[in-house]
Amino acid sequence: MALHFELVTPERLLRSDEVYMVVVPGTEGDFGVLEGHAPFMSTIRDGALSIYASANAQPETIAIEGGFAEVSATGLTVLAERAG
Amino acid sequence: MASLKALKIRIGSVKSTQKITKAMKMVAAAKLRRAQEAAEAGRPYAERLEAVVASLASRANIAEGSSPLLAGTGKDQVHLFVVATSDRGLAGAFNTNIARLARRRADELIRQGKTVRFYTIGRKGRAVLNRQYRELMLHGIEPGDLGKLTFADARGYADDLIARYLAGEFDKAHLFYSHFKSVLTQEPTEQQILPVKIPAPSAAATNAGGAVVEYEPDEESILADLLPRNVAIQIFKAMRENAASEQGSKMTAMDNATRNAGDLIKRLNIEYNRQRQAAITTELVEIISGAEAL
Repeated sequence: MALHFELVTPERLLRSDEVYMVVVPGTEGDFGVLEGHAPFMSTIRDGALSIYASANAQPETIAIEGGFAEVSATGLTVLAERAG
Repeated sequence: MASLKALKIRIGSVKSTQKITKAMKMVAAAKLRRAQEAAEAGRPYAERLEAVVASLASRANIAEGSSPLLAGTGKDQVHLFVVATSDRGLAGAFNTNIARLARRRADELIRQGKTVRFYTIGRKGRAVLNRQYRELMLHGIEPGDLGKLTFADARGYADDLIARYLAGEFDKAHLFYSHFKSVLTQEPTEQQILPVKIPAPSAAATNAGGAVVEYEPDEESILADLLPRNVAIQIFKAMRENAASEQGSKMTAMDNATRNAGDLIKRLNIEYNRQRQAAITTELVEIISGAEAL
């Protein structure tokens, strides 16, 4: 019952975790991804990624810059040019 | 035959050379570990981006108005060879191997009547290619220490390349670098970076996984955003691979040099001892025959 989430930068694989939900700053607005999300792909704007480890946990935020997010059957992958 | 003194000096000089090559080997080994980690850490991003771009590109319909980054310039005349090597030598055949592959491919294309231009990243590759293709050089960059290269640098090279491409300076770009397989094997590799290489439809279909993917904004905009990024990433990946390959190659070369110096010292020592003994024998014979004469 968790979403597989990966955050990758050109330098390295920054995060690879099972989380509850991630809110991604998409070019056309923020979107939250939970487990079982439909296949989806979006470019992202510079902003903060909010990661919820569990349903009512405090979100952890990571600033990201340039890139895109891909949701597939295996989970959410955010490819950011810069993060952290 | 060299005199005793000359031999002694020679041994001393080989010994100090050996010390240097040994130190260089140690340094390369230390740097190699870091470069190797960096190269491996950078692979997931490059691979994923490449897969996404390929699957998008195979689905997007290439029309008149499509970006030339995707559709190509419609010609196949001028090929640009982006040859990534290092600024430093003493790394075995590392630089030579990359340059040799580029040269072979260039000669093939020239025989087919195409025009080849060179864009070098790294002083050593430029030096080799300059000998044969001086008038084909387009531009050269000296990146300095490959291990310290950041993504922003790669981005700068990519932007420059894309600007030249859009200005119509060339129709296709190939990137040459050395793929880091292991410490002992580094493989010179060629990769087409401009326009994007579109895989056969069958490969793309498996990528999609059969599911309907939703795009935001739309496929074309995502592609327009990703294509320049992809070029930068591929260059960055090549530089990372090169950094690791260079250190690996340097370590092997310096290890060999140290061993060769060891062999040489051994041989010189034998020679030295033999001569010393000969000198002593001669002296003894002189003394004895002198005493007998009395």
